[in-house]
Amino acid sequence: MSRPDVVVTGLGATTPLGGDVASTWEAMLAGRSGVGPLTQEWAGQLPVRIAAQLAVEPTEKLDRVKLRRLDRSEAIALIAAHEAWADAGLADSPPDPERLAVSVGSGIGGAQTLLAQDDILEASGPRRVSPHTVPMLMPNGPAAWVGLELGAQAGVHSVASACATGAEAIALGLDMIRSGRADVVLAGGTEAVVHPLPIAGFASMRAMSTRNDDPERASRPWDKGRDGFVLGEGSGAVVLERADHAAARGARVYARLAGAALTSDGYDIVQPHPEGRGVIRAINMAIADAGIDRSDIVHVNAHATSTPVGDIAEIVALRSALGTHPVLTATKSMTGHLLGAAGALESIATILAIRDGVIPPTINLDDPDDALDLDVVAHKARHMDVPAALNNGFGFGGHNAVLVFARV
Amino acid sequence: MTRDEITAGLAEILEEVAGVSPDDVAEEKSFTDDLDVDSLSMVEVVVAAEEKFGVKIPDNDVQNLKTVGDAVAYIEAQS
Repeated sequence: MSRPDVVVTGLGATTPLGGDVASTWEAMLAGRSGVGPLTQEWAGQLPVRIAAQLAVEPTEKLDRVKLRRLDRSEAIALIAAHEAWADAGLADSPPDPERLAVSVGSGIGGAQTLLAQDDILEASGPRRVSPHTVPMLMPNGPAAWVGLELGAQAGVHSVASACATGAEAIALGLDMIRSGRADVVLAGGTEAVVHPLPIAGFASMRAMSTRNDDPERASRPWDKGRDGFVLGEGSGAVVLERADHAAARGARVYARLAGAALTSDGYDIVQPHPEGRGVIRAINMAIADAGIDRSDIVHVNAHATSTPVGDIAEIVALRSALGTHPVLTATKSMTGHLLGAAGALESIATILAIRDGVIPPTINLDDPDDALDLDVVAHKARHMDVPAALNNGFGFGGHNAVLVFARV
Repeated sequence: MTRDEITAGLAEILEEVAGVSPDDVAEEKSFTDDLDVDSLSMVEVVVAAEEKFGVKIPDNDVQNLKTVGDAVAYIEAQS
């Protein structure tokens, strides 16, 4: 039996740019920044006082009692998943539950719950710790809630590979459909750790931008003035579906998930390999998996987080693996870095670039790094035909995930 | 504190914790069967009731509190 094609039939997101996919995409094409000052009282003592926080609070979409038992990362995973589900036309005619799976990961998990309940433990004692604590902080919580609400019985999985999580979760979904374990997979990522402890931790690594007086210009991938990433929060979800299953129900298809590859650097716990060895291998494998030629890849939504070392390591790898023809963008310049949700949100941007024939810009690229010798869509969106494109996602731990999307 | 006052206090807790409408709270109602309070939410109700009414409700006794009336009588006996 030949390997089945897998297509994308639904998209959902809640991000620093908008409460759904349409508003997020519109803001991306307009080159808007979702980064702003942290006005919470706790932010005053931190070296980093900026972040890309959700444009629409979960309280706008979910009721108060339900939110009491959901970590913020779970709440936004549900919001994105339900949007994708309805967008795919599955809310009214759901698939066979035993052929439906979920693959939704988080980079850090329910840290806000863990830390808030620890405050209660210290202040009021163990009896006051919420009985919902464990299902709220467990890292499989977002996937489990999505699976529960959609009725998935073919398996619920939660990838954790730091900032590669969202892309790896989608790659796992592809594998599940190809291997015959599911016909439909709700896949994506979620992250909500705008809290002083994770921020202090990343800041202590000197990984974050401290451009506190100019938040909208702080995330500036490949720019000479870049000084680290900007933390973002949000969730992205895609509905992956076996192509003949989608065709049989007359589903609208956004794009084909043509291929994927996962590699690991085996080099350092946080630093990327200087020559991008693992990334190059992942790109080559993903293109081979997709069965297309490297010259067909005309666009890359890069991982590019606005860190001094990582941005250029990716350029070196892209040039080596693909040559100089692909047109790049780094949407993190607008959304900040959504950690475990980044690969899901950027996959959505890649898919919509293919559908609409327009690549969203990399904002703040005012003074390109001398080592940037590839074509980047800077400042303003660029209209061009995009038959096939890559989404890259890399994570602390040396995880590399590369996805290939193609027009149907 | 009268039984009605205790019932009203429990209704406030049930609304906050489990989204139960105060109009639905009456002594004959079962927490699980009538008011859809699941086991984890029941733990929250008990802890909130201890604080509100200044009583102790040991876990061994919670399983005997099937209805709102059971809880009202338990709290009334201690307060």
